[in-house]
Amino acid sequence: MRRFVIRRLLLAVPILLGVSIVTFGFANLAPGDPLSALVRPGSDVKPADIEKLKEQLGLNKPVHERYMTWIGQVLQGNLGVELVGGQPIARQLARRIPNTVKLMGTALAISLVLGVSLGILSAYRQHTKLDGLMTTLVFAGISLPPYLLAMIAIFVFAVLPFKLFGIHLFPATGIEDPVSTAPPILDELWHLLLPAGVLAFGGTATFLRYTRASVLEVMRQDHVTTARSKGLAERTVRLRHILRNALLPIVTVLGLLLPTLIVGALFVETIFTWPGVGSYAIEVTRERDYAGIMAVALLTSVTIVVANLVTDIAYAYVDPRIRYR
Amino acid sequence: MTTTSFEPSPLGPEPIESVPLVWQPAIDIGWVTSTPRQLAWRRFRRNRLAIAGVVVLAVLALIAILAPVIAPYDPIKPDLKAFGKPPSAAHLLGTDSSGRDVLSRLMHGARVSLSIGIVAVSIYLTIGTILGSLAGYRRGLTDAIIGRTTDTVMSFPSLIIILAIIPIVGRSIFNIMIVIGLLNWPAVCRLVRGEFLSLREREYTLAARGIGARDRRIIVRHILPNVTGPLVVLASFGMADAIIAEAGLSLLGLGIQPPAPSWGVDLAAAIDVGILTNKPWLWVFPGAAIAISVLSINFIGDGLRDALDPRGTTVIRR
Repeated sequence: MRRFVIRRLLLAVPILLGVSIVTFGFANLAPGDPLSALVRPGSDVKPADIEKLKEQLGLNKPVHERYMTWIGQVLQGNLGVELVGGQPIARQLARRIPNTVKLMGTALAISLVLGVSLGILSAYRQHTKLDGLMTTLVFAGISLPPYLLAMIAIFVFAVLPFKLFGIHLFPATGIEDPVSTAPPILDELWHLLLPAGVLAFGGTATFLRYTRASVLEVMRQDHVTTARSKGLAERTVRLRHILRNALLPIVTVLGLLLPTLIVGALFVETIFTWPGVGSYAIEVTRERDYAGIMAVALLTSVTIVVANLVTDIAYAYVDPRIRYR
Repeated sequence: MTTTSFEPSPLGPEPIESVPLVWQPAIDIGWVTSTPRQLAWRRFRRNRLAIAGVVVLAVLALIAILAPVIAPYDPIKPDLKAFGKPPSAAHLLGTDSSGRDVLSRLMHGARVSLSIGIVAVSIYLTIGTILGSLAGYRRGLTDAIIGRTTDTVMSFPSLIIILAIIPIVGRSIFNIMIVIGLLNWPAVCRLVRGEFLSLREREYTLAARGIGARDRRIIVRHILPNVTGPLVVLASFGMADAIIAEAGLSLLGLGIQPPAPSWGVDLAAAIDVGILTNKPWLWVFPGAAIAISVLSINFIGDGLRDALDPRGTTVIRR
């Protein structure tokens, strides 16, 4: 086990290095340097001023030197300052990360619980109407992009109830109601439910699909037949012999789902004006603030690398067969 | 592989059905006369949703090609006399807030979506196939380098890199195609590599090497044809994803520049509680266009997967 963990950790090092190089590279090597990209066409910035600013920011040093400076700063937790707002990016992110964690965590929890249980149900009732319905649901979850779901959700759960019955069923945007009389936690939950539900839709479909396939696969294995022929109760067979084995690989889906969830959060946070990392990414991109974009890209990719690392190790921990592959 | 068209044999009725029941194998393994392609086509044909998907996609493609001819109005020129009008006989799907005909914009938008889907997927299929073949065939150091590169690119949600690149290279339709194409090859590369690793050890590959065939010939003639099935499936799903990505980028104001027609641009104009409530035709129709095209492509992909890989030997992650 220890050997597996060490090998897996070592494997992550070149990836993290590559991630940092790519992040640095696309902002610095792309045609048109970041500073010129920042200058809006038609503005009256003088070329001489740009040169001066370049010198100030160290942008005219050779690339590898700039990379070393940058990575040294990043490792100390300094992500630089926003080119536009002048705020330290790390502080901005620190303010927004909790909101995104809240949103994605809730979405992940919903999709895990819902997807796995529906997946089990779907597999046990294979070829029934219910199974067919689940397959349709999976298709919808994969085919409908989060932004479309978000608009539909706002229309159905926020706009329509108000228009037809004059009730505020769910808020269309925002993270809290400043003049709310309800306890803060309820108000927060009320604002959270709609965006988290939208974000959870795709994840639910993914969990459902994997769980169903996994349960169906284990159901056909010999040890299940053996368990049945021993005369074990169906309940015991299903809980002990099928589910225990079928649900282990689901751990890896968690890591697999993260990129989808992050991309989903970009849209959901922007449409619901949720002040998280996703909407921050869109804001800095619109302002062409390459320092901000770099920070967000680095943050998301490191998160994904770490999440994959953790799920791999967790999987190897629960399923010893993996360690020896 | 024999060379036959995708159609069932044109020589009279299909042999399988005419064979007496006693002779028919319990499962259709097709050794009577059918080629693998005929079998695949037969399996595909049985999938009603996939056929429906093909029909819908064909109609969409036709609309996209003929858009300049059949669209009733100019998709860009504002009509000051008719803005924000609900669907009517003159404007079947209504007009947007600048008086542009929604239907005409959707028709031209289909051009954007489908062409981005086709070009972007072609780019990354090519890159992924070349890199995957190299990694799986050469193995060793080549494999390690390509493998780590793949892992690195896969560690970014591609949309995040697109966000970073688009403001620098500019928001033209070609840049969007290229950027989507350059960032999505890892899945293709992994699939091709996996297939190569197993296929290069097969007897027929060894036989080809034994009679002195060169690497290039072995790769192109003996191994690649066996990978086309899964690749076709991956490509169809990829096209759906590319359409979603383009519309998403345009929706965020980072893709196609308005007023150019694009489903995402149209949808973006409708993210506003007032429009959501009072002018549903401005978002329902572009939304439906995205959903219908993506659904039909995914149905085709699913049908292709069942048809080309019935035993599910190649895992295609979705």
